[in-house]
Amino acid sequence: MKRMRILAYPYSVWMAIFIVVPLILVFLYSFTEGDIRNLAQLKFSTRSYERVSEPIYLKVIVNSFILATLSTLFCLALGYPVAMIVARANPKVRSMLLMFLIVPMWMNFLLRTYAWMSILSPNGFLNRLLEFFGLPRLEIMPGKTAVLLGMIYNFLPFMILPIYTVLSKIDKQYLEAASDLGANKTRTFFKIILPLSIPGVVSGITMVFLPAVSTFVISGLLGGGKTPLIGDLIEQQFMWEGNWHFGSSLSIILMVMILISMAIMSRIDRDGKQDENGHAKA
Amino acid sequence: MAKEKYIIELRNLTKSFDGVKVVDSINLKIKENEFVTLLGPSGCGKTTTLRMIGGFEEPDEGEILFEGKLLNPVPPYKRNINTVFQRYALFPHMNVFENVAFGLRIKKLPKDEIEERVEKMLRMMDLEKFGKRHVDSLSGGQQQRVAIARALVNEPKVLLLDEPLGALDLKLRKEMQIELLDMQRSVGITFIYVTHDQEEALTMSDTVVVMNEGHIQQVGTPEDIYNEPTNRFVADFIGESNIIEATMLEDRKVMFDGRVFDCVDTGFGTNVPVDVVIRPEDLQIVTDPEKGMIRGTVTSVVFKGVHYEMLIENEYREYMVHSTLMFPEETQVGMNVQPFDIHVMKKEGYG
Ligand SMILES: Nc1ncnc2c1ncn2[C@@H]1O[C@H](COP(=O)(O)OP(=O)(O)O)[C@@H](O)[C@H]1O
Ligand SMILES: [Mg+2]
Repeated sequence: MKRMRILAYPYSVWMAIFIVVPLILVFLYSFTEGDIRNLAQLKFSTRSYERVSEPIYLKVIVNSFILATLSTLFCLALGYPVAMIVARANPKVRSMLLMFLIVPMWMNFLLRTYAWMSILSPNGFLNRLLEFFGLPRLEIMPGKTAVLLGMIYNFLPFMILPIYTVLSKIDKQYLEAASDLGANKTRTFFKIILPLSIPGVVSGITMVFLPAVSTFVISGLLGGGKTPLIGDLIEQQFMWEGNWHFGSSLSIILMVMILISMAIMSRIDRDGKQDENGHAKA
Repeated sequence: MAKEKYIIELRNLTKSFDGVKVVDSINLKIKENEFVTLLGPSGCGKTTTLRMIGGFEEPDEGEILFEGKLLNPVPPYKRNINTVFQRYALFPHMNVFENVAFGLRIKKLPKDEIEERVEKMLRMMDLEKFGKRHVDSLSGGQQQRVAIARALVNEPKVLLLDEPLGALDLKLRKEMQIELLDMQRSVGITFIYVTHDQEEALTMSDTVVVMNEGHIQQVGTPEDIYNEPTNRFVADFIGESNIIEATMLEDRKVMFDGRVFDCVDTGFGTNVPVDVVIRPEDLQIVTDPEKGMIRGTVTSVVFKGVHYEMLIENEYREYMVHSTLMFPEETQVGMNVQPFDIHVMKKEGYG
């Protein structure tokens, strides 16, 4: 077994070069000011963190969280029933449904978002369709609604797939036992299926929330810059403004917030199990 | 008249999987408070029969009656029947207490009543210390007791048990057999019990239903089944026995091994080929071969703890004999059998 560890060395080196070093640099830049190319003359400073707390930037951060939370909730509300339908379908239908879910993911993310642009834009497919039926036009793009739709569309499979996996693994015998003990379909769902699927829900939420809170492409293309998100702000600092210190502070703050969210989620996951155990105490 | 009251009645119950009839026109009447055992080799359709009674499998044909009313259209959750599943099916996200309380919570009983009944059940099953334990942390025997508690706490009219002791070791199995019997007597619930273990079936049941390949072979008390098997399959499946091809000459006269034996069976006709069963313990060995009805040579002796199992060969066949006396190999012996220990069966069905 020990010799197997050697196989992990290349990966460790890779990790060190492309993950740990950049992380240290980002951390370093976030707490300093000065010429980023000359590490020796960087001076300690909390100025870029102070800048984050300015109202316009705070608003961006809050906006990002609201949009990410909303899109996660919508994905959950849409994804759970879909996962359930897929898990219950007979094998043939099931693999077809899974194909429908997975194939769009093979398409480039940008391409899919451009497709949404052509649907939602003022003279896009949606409005022409509405016009055709004599209905009023919808002015949702550029804007928050369009960004939300884009996020839900792009991240929905990441909600469905983990929930589907967990649901399809639930042993049928538990459902039979519940029904044997008097539970109808609804009660079986709430007392057995839902609690047993919590791990899938937690990983689905994580897998949607993380990319949603840090996305910049979707908000850039569908939001038209009207509702910049924290991801847009970071991109702007590194790519256009050249303020790596501020960009780094924003990145660190985003990271901390993500870590906190993840800690809360794993808590919920664990508590979900303990709650049922502790039930008897109440 | 109470005897005529049947709680469960199966009429021509039939079920096929992939075109194979797994349960084939089963007819059975089960009385209230009866301990009925479905006994048969693995794959003979016991579980499928039980699952149809529980409502988890829909019969292709036939009817299930519960207290005289048609049960077929009633979904499982509305049947006054509970099941102890073959693999227990304890809910993995609940502790022992919650598992047992499940049915009562579904019925929305008051909290203190639930608590009281569950605690009482756990005490009865020797599980009172395990209420807060996670079900995965229990041993097989404990899990099995939780499964029984979870079903019994609902006080069903009928309890279905699918090989509930199958996963336990011999000693625990014997203990649980006695406990289950006591419980069934004390709570007064009809048990429909499935097993492939003939000894278990004979020691526990009021009525044994022997099944093979989806058909009922015989229904009777354990004594009936053991002493008066109706055919070769039953005789063979219920313990070791000598099954002998013979000819029924007339009532109370049967011929095999070149001589005529007195027996107590009648009604087979004259000169009819039949099968005869003689249990190994019903053959008495005598040292003087001349004094035996059957003569033979001991070919093998095995000590079985309580008795010796000997094989005794004559020119027609080999007999298995159980005796507390030992006769060494190569000994010439005689064997006697009482008329009422010769069981004559129709030749049909099996073999
Ligand atoms: N759901 C099913 N689908 C297909 N075949 C089944 C199914 N359930 C049982 N069978 C088959 O039916 C036969 C009887 O099974 P079962 O009732 O479980 O027997 P037993 O409990 O007596 O061992 C077996 O051959 C088994 O393979
Ligand atoms: Mg079985």
